Amino acid sequence: MNSFIDFISFKDPNVIYVVLGMVFINSSSVLIGTFAYLRKRSLIGDAVAHSLLPGLCLGYILAGEKDITYLFLGAFVTGWLSTYLVDYIVNKTKVKQDAAIGIVLSGFFFFFVVLLTYIQKNAAGNQGGLDHFLFGQAAAINKQEVMLFAIVCIAILLSIMIFYRWLISVSFNMDFAASMGLPVKAIEFLITSLTVLAIATGIQALGVILTAALVITPAAAARFWTHNLRWMLVLAVSISVISGIGGAYVSYIKSGMPTGPWVVLFLSLITLMSFSFSTRKGILASYLKARKNKAKILHENILKAIYQHHEQLEAEGELDYSLMSSEILKIRLFDTTELLKGLRNLKRKGFIREDNKMFSLTAEGKKESRRIVRLHRLWEQYLLKRTTIDTDHVHAGAEVIEHILSPEIERELEIELGIEGIPKEDY
Amino acid sequence: MKSSIEVHNLTTAYGGAPVLWDIDFQLPTGQIIGIIGPNGSGKTTLLKTIMGLLDPASGFVKVFDQPLDKVREKVAYVPQRESVDWDFPASVYDVVMMGRYRKYNLFKRTKDPDREIVLQSIEKVGLSEFKDRQISRLSGGQQQRVFVARALAQGADLYLMDEPFVGVDAATENSILNLLSEMKNEGKTVVIIHHDLQTVSDYFDYLLLLNTRLIARGTPAEVLTKENLTNAYGGQLTLLSKVVNLIKQNEFPIREKDSDV
Repeated sequence: MNSFIDFISFKDPNVIYVVLGMVFINSSSVLIGTFAYLRKRSLIGDAVAHSLLPGLCLGYILAGEKDITYLFLGAFVTGWLSTYLVDYIVNKTKVKQDAAIGIVLSGFFFFFVVLLTYIQKNAAGNQGGLDHFLFGQAAAINKQEVMLFAIVCIAILLSIMIFYRWLISVSFNMDFAASMGLPVKAIEFLITSLTVLAIATGIQALGVILTAALVITPAAAARFWTHNLRWMLVLAVSISVISGIGGAYVSYIKSGMPTGPWVVLFLSLITLMSFSFSTRKGILASYLKARKNKAKILHENILKAIYQHHEQLEAEGELDYSLMSSEILKIRLFDTTELLKGLRNLKRKGFIREDNKMFSLTAEGKKESRRIVRLHRLWEQYLLKRTTIDTDHVHAGAEVIEHILSPEIERELEIELGIEGIPKEDY
Repeated sequence: MKSSIEVHNLTTAYGGAPVLWDIDFQLPTGQIIGIIGPNGSGKTTLLKTIMGLLDPASGFVKVFDQPLDKVREKVAYVPQRESVDWDFPASVYDVVMMGRYRKYNLFKRTKDPDREIVLQSIEKVGLSEFKDRQISRLSGGQQQRVFVARALAQGADLYLMDEPFVGVDAATENSILNLLSEMKNEGKTVVIIHHDLQTVSDYFDYLLLLNTRLIARGTPAEVLTKENLTNAYGGQLTLLSKVVNLIKQNEFPIREKDSDV
């Protein structure tokens, strides 16, 4: 606990740099990454990140030392070149985008390996640290770097705010944006440049692979929670920044733990939770819905069976008999455990009464059982009237549909078929 | 008669093979104009070339007797519905508002008249109650109407629509048809790619019949002759497609450089 208080009170000045660095780097890459995601070009981040590496080496060779300006310029040039190459390959050949990204990515990466070997063998001076660009060195972020990250982050934020309308128009429908006379080529150039800029900055602290993850993952996670692009941007940035700070914290309390990998671990965890628990189309939401549907079908089938029991005894007018669960099983072959569970639930909901193991319908239950039988038979009648279907097939089709017909559709069926009450015919 | 679109000697190619070949026509103003032709006959390519989205291999296009760039604000384009991802995080209102984003108003704030126009456009296509709905939660017909509303929001004089009637429900079809007659009364020109020959004479005042080359143009009565339709649809142009394939295989130029125009 003490270490947590030390961490959030920034007792150690290095913690400030690391945390601020994370905030700026993560925000930059997410802001521009969201547009890459919307344009279905998430993997471009991966290609750019790998393609920056040979540029860094070239910058080093040109400068003869680790001069940040040269490194940065070199990285920017090769990073930019890679997106240009991907587009060129896609436009001029039959190669699709995923393959083109793979080709460019691996080509640039192995060019990097060659250059790195060359530097290690030949270059004088301190070449150590170039390989840090692979996995990054977040714990070593210093004040100058934080300033650089801040400037890049603000530049990206401002660009997105200024060009927001153009960016969404181009991301949603490029042809339309072009037909409006918007400078589509310039906007694409801007997006590419900002992407390269964000990644080139992030790569120093987090390395190639982690930066690529920062571009793609938060946007994908945020999309699960909202339909609104502004909220999506805010949410994606929050997810990314929280992961960043989480990673910094872990490496603070456990010295020797690398920051970058922990950042991505947190990020993946949040994303996994978004997939699972999102209200929109999360796995949990669909599971709950499926469960609810299953329960509804079971309950309605039980009520229907009780109605049919009365029908056999020609007592469907009153629906007043009490019956045992075994008698319900004679009407319809329920799974016994399921049936007992369903009966309990129906009792709780006030549709049936239980008296000494004998079940009978309440007023509410009578109404509901009539409704469901009626829907089933109306739908059968409708299928027979409007489509060509054998009478021995029509029952199965109505078995499912009866559970989802809405009152509006019920009314329409009534009008269309001219049937009041419950049809006698059951197929 | 003043012409809405003039296309002169237009050829557009994909990967070396001409998709549109030596097309010449002038279209009237204030009419509902249909472009018909079999699949792959270059209808969409023609609209895209007119809108400057594809570069022609030869020839030129004029809109209201001027190059497109000078009259862009008078022209609205409705792309095919399937050409975008409807899961994009935007509402009906957001998408229709894109019809107001021009080159010159990037730095201006959205003004009340803009909002007014957007809301009116949404109302014209009957989607007012859905204006805040996420576009992925609309039916196909409603999505098509969102595209039409976005074009209406541009306040143009000429509308180019790519298959607005494909895969839509009866309500959408009627809504668009009502809009068309309203637009015609206001003197607007609408050019529509269509492929249901049954409804062609009911919907359109003027027709272009296309199959890589221009087969016929004129009123429906003039165009919908047996001979024209056989030429466009009846496989009578196999010779033409054989030549196209030859050009593609040999990477042959479509025309000699200096013989242009």
